[in-house]
Order: sequence, then structure tokens, then C-alpha cells
Amino acid sequence: MSRLSAAFGNDRAALVAFVTAGDGDTPAILDALVAGGADVIELGMPFTDPMADGPAIQAANIRSLAAGTTTADILLIAKGFRDRHPQVPLVLMGYANPMLRRGGGWFAEQAAAAGVDGVICVDIPPEEDDQLGPALRSAGIDPIRLATPTTDAARLPQVLNGASGFIYYVSVAGITGLQQAAQSSIEDAVARLKAATDIPVAVGFGVRTPDQAAAIARVADGVVVGSAIVELVAGHGPDAPAAVRTYVTSLADAIASARKEPA
Amino acid sequence: MNSLDTSPAQPTARPNTLRQQPDARGHFGQFGGRFVAETLMPLILDLEREYRAAQADPAFQAEFDDLLEHYVGRPSPLYYAERLTEALRASAEPGMGPQVWFKRDELNHTGAHKINNCIGQILLARRMGKTRIIAETGAGQHGVATATVCARFGLPCVIYMGARDIERQQPNVFRMKLLGAEVRAVSSGAATLKDAMNEGLRDWVANVHDTFYIIGTAAGPHPYPELVRDFQSVIGREARAQMLERTGRLPDVLVAAIGGGSNAIGLFHPFLDDADVAMLGVEAAGEGLDAKHAASLAGGFPGVLHGNKTYLLQDEDGQIAEAHSISAGLDYPGIGPEHAWLRDIGRVEYTAVTDTEALDAFQLLCRTEGIIPALEPSHAIAAVARKAREMRQDQVILANLCGRGDKDIFTVAHALGVAI
Repeated sequence: MSRLSAAFGNDRAALVAFVTAGDGDTPAILDALVAGGADVIELGMPFTDPMADGPAIQAANIRSLAAGTTTADILLIAKGFRDRHPQVPLVLMGYANPMLRRGGGWFAEQAAAAGVDGVICVDIPPEEDDQLGPALRSAGIDPIRLATPTTDAARLPQVLNGASGFIYYVSVAGITGLQQAAQSSIEDAVARLKAATDIPVAVGFGVRTPDQAAAIARVADGVVVGSAIVELVAGHGPDAPAAVRTYVTSLADAIASARKEPA
Repeated sequence: MNSLDTSPAQPTARPNTLRQQPDARGHFGQFGGRFVAETLMPLILDLEREYRAAQADPAFQAEFDDLLEHYVGRPSPLYYAERLTEALRASAEPGMGPQVWFKRDELNHTGAHKINNCIGQILLARRMGKTRIIAETGAGQHGVATATVCARFGLPCVIYMGARDIERQQPNVFRMKLLGAEVRAVSSGAATLKDAMNEGLRDWVANVHDTFYIIGTAAGPHPYPELVRDFQSVIGREARAQMLERTGRLPDVLVAAIGGGSNAIGLFHPFLDDADVAMLGVEAAGEGLDAKHAASLAGGFPGVLHGNKTYLLQDEDGQIAEAHSISAGLDYPGIGPEHAWLRDIGRVEYTAVTDTEALDAFQLLCRTEGIIPALEPSHAIAAVARKAREMRQDQVILANLCGRGDKDIFTVAHALGVAI
């Protein structure tokens, strides 16, 4: 069983926590995410032009790049994480250009060697899968697909075809970190996805409070939290790991108390 | 029999026609495509379906043609620049110096070629039932053209513009406001065109239900590069017919400036299968190709940005570099994917012209022809002057004068050290 399958195999939802690589003391922040109870780590690869991201993650990208973060640095962070946390699944999330710069094959091999389990590429839709998908699969990495409120029934099979690891349901049509979706719309969408696939479904975009996380945890297989963590990193400087750990603990506790409803 | 050997040999030669790109997936060779977030994919597919329907609808074409004639003022003239021709011959070797002709797209309503595309896209937006328009702009020409068609059709309009561009293009900012558009300053990144485009995409993804994004150049996710090219190809179709009518022949060389490349592809595309017509695309070399510039073919590598794969100015990790050009309209680190393909197959030659050369050409045209060009076509004029030295007097070079220079007089005055 892969690390990702194991993380989604519990009788409660998995907490998927995002942080931008190279923004602050990333290894310490990653350790804090795990200590706080995160089940899956999404490590954001900074990009100069993060057009799907809201202000918080845009700013984190800029801070990271201004600090000189390179692709080699990100792979080292991933490798260090894998050495310290052999069982916790690690997903790289980012944009196509940094992933394809030296070729999709190079990136997939390097990521696999660093112990990466999955890759989310925001701007490679299923229609362009051949740019990166085959390389990831042959390196044993799950290409994680995004589904959104605009992904209709006619299109869903195309999104699911070739997906593995988990499906990331982007619960609002918009950019990261701003609005939150109505709980009822999330429940409808998750039910629709779960009727179409056995792959675990994690829900993200705009999730901030333990109550929100718990509500999603009752219906989905995973809850993704990103911008709220990135804001803590921005606001707490050297004390960020402690602040992140406290916050993530509150999310994990809320999720643990929210048993999944029977499908 | 080896079952792997059943496919026919792949042809390695060029296709019979160069005018039927892109393929069904929106690819021009390895370039183009649809690299957008999933939220936008259904919309992009809708747009493609709607564009195919519009192409097959004579009423759509008739309305487009009618607006181009009576609102934009087409056809634009084809003009023989006699005094510029003489000036270039005077500094050339004996017998050298071709006839220089201009396609006068700076005489369009709003003063540039951008309006051709905006008319086409707003007709598509109305067809799709969209009620709100957004656009990005660099120099402000596309923003003005978009604000213009929005006023004409009564649709609300938000224009994203880099804060730095707002500073250097104040006249166009005021024009957009007069036309009823809301101009939103973008201060992320380098605060220029690429950042405005990021912000446009962020708006679009949050407002997919009612919003149409009028992209200003022949780039972005498929079908934008194709449809912008098609709407701009009126430039080349007119020029080709006008040249045949006036001179009984085709030009030897076509020249156009390239930021994203919409005026250039509009001029070039109808001539692509005319094997004897050479083409020269002119990128902005800024302060020089070894310094800050905006020449993504000369100094870039293939990559993915803003929905398409193309040549990009970027570092070894794929981080996008900041472009520089004195011309805000050329200040973009990418280029339309069809140009990337035309360069790789060798059909079009691409060169680059510095800020200084463009400024010299700007002044040359003012004084020889009584035409104040925009800084964008000033790059093309500089390339014409360079190319003229190696062409014979019986040859013809045709450049697209894609915009007028009123908007640039403050930038030019500043560069020349004149206070106005």
C-alpha cells in the first residue's frame, strides 16, 4: 500500500496541510505540521507567476524566490523530510513551467528519488497530460488531479482517467485562500465525485477554521488547508513552527472528532 | 510481423499548407496547447465550440465585416513611403534600398490594430451570453480598444494594467476611464503586462459564470491564439489584395513588431503559403540582448506560461524573467505560440531591435513621412532600415504600422531629454 493510500485509509478524514517551500524555515515548519497531526504534506513549489493563487500564497511565493529558493533546494527539503518522516506522504504542488524546465522525465525522477509520493500541477489539465503524467507514473508518483465546481458530469470521466493518489476537489471557482464554499455545495460535489470513483476525495480552497474542517471531514476523505498556514508562517517569523503546530493540532482534533458519515 | 511496425512512416517535411494550424488540441508543433487550471478548462472548451459555430455562421462574419468597415474604418490604406525609401537609398550602397510600403493600421479607430480583435471577441462574448468583460493591457492600446467595444455594446469592463505601465501610459489610462472602463492597477511582480495577465486570469477563474476575457494578443490557451490570429488576419488579407492591385506583385519581405505577436501574425498568416514572400518578426532588444530585453525568441527557452507553451524569458529553474522594452506594448517575456512554431520550422525570420534603434526610427518616420508611429512599430521601422541595406531597389518591403504614437510622446520626450 502506498503512503498516500495508507493516509486515506483511516475511519476519519485525512488532514492535508500545505506550505510554500523556502518561505521561512521549511524543514521546521514541516515537522510542526506532522507533530500537529497533518496526515499528508503538500509542499508548494514557488513560481514567479502563480496565477491560480490568492494574495497569501502569492506573497509566500515572492518571499521564497526573493530568499533565493531553487528547484534543487526544494528537492533537498523533500529528501530531508522523507528521511525524518518515512511514513508521511509528501506531495509537490506547483505550476508547469518549473516542473517542465529540465524535462518532465528529469523532474519525475528527481522527485521520486527525494521520496515524493504525488504531484499536483495546477496548470496541466488532463488534455495536456502527456507533458508530465507518463513520466510521473513511470517514476511511481501519483499525478493528483483537480476537480472544480465547473467540472461537469460530461467532463468528469476525463479528469478521473489517469488520476491516482487522491482527487483534490477545489470547492470554489476562484483563487486560493479567499472565499469558502457553502457546505451544501461541497456535500453535493463530494457525493458526485465519490459516485464516480474509488479514489479518495480531499476538499480544499478557503478552509480556515476547525469547524469548517470538521464539517468537510464528515463527508470527504480529506481536508486541505493552505493559505491559513501560509499566513501563520508570514506572521510569526522564527516562531512560525510553534504557531503552525498549535493551529494544525486544532484542525486535527476537530477532524478526529468528526467521524465520517457512512457513504 | 512485428506489431510495432505497422504505423506509416511519419512525414518529416513541412505540411503542404502552413495556414491550417493549430491541430485539434490547439498545438502548433510542440507549442500552444491549453495549460490552464481545471476551473477554466470547461470555459475554454465552450469558447472553442462557440468559435467553431461562429466561423460557420455567415451572420457572424457579416456583422464582424460591417463593424470593421463602418466602425473601425477598414480597409486601412496601403501606403508607399516614398521619402523614407529615398532616405534609406541615400545611405545604402548603389542600387540598394527597396521600396518601403506601410500597412496603415495606425489609422484604425482607437489608433492601433488591437480593435480588430476586440470587435471579434466581443461578438463572441455576446454570442455566449456573457455580460461582463475583462482584459489585460500593457501599453494601454488593447485596454483602450476593449473599453471602446464595451462602450459600443454596453457591457461593463474591467481592465487590469501593471502599476508601472499605468505610470508611463497615462493618456491611455484616461482614455479607458472616459470610455467607462474600470482600470485596476496591478502591483504584483514587475507590475507590467505579464502581471496584469495573471490578475486577469485570477479574476476570470472567480467569475467564470458571467465573464468573458478578451485576450489582447495571439497567445494564451487554445483557442485564443487561433481566434486572435483569425480576427487580425484582416490586416494581411487586405495588404495582399492591395499590393497585388497597386503593383501587380507580392512584396518580397514583410516586417512587423512582436510583443505577443498579434499584429505580426495578422500580417504574416495570409502570406504563409506564398513561398517567395520572406517575413521578418521584430522583437524588442531593450537595452541590448546581453542586458535587459523582451526578446523571448532571441533569449528565451520553451516553457509554459499563461495557458500556452512557447518561448519564454526564464531562468534555469523555470522562473519567469522580467522583460524590458521602452515600448510597454512589447514588454512581455513570452510570444504567441504560432511564432514559436514558425521560427522553429524556419518559415519566418526573427530579429531584435534596441530601445535606441527604435527611438531613431521613430524620429526618422516623423521627419520623412509626417507620421508619428507608436514605439511598437518603430521597432519594425528600425528593422526595415537595417534590412533595406541588403535589398535591391526593385524589391518591395512592407511593414505593418500597427499603431500611432500619440500615446508615446511623453516616453519619447523623456528618452530624448526633453521636458514637455
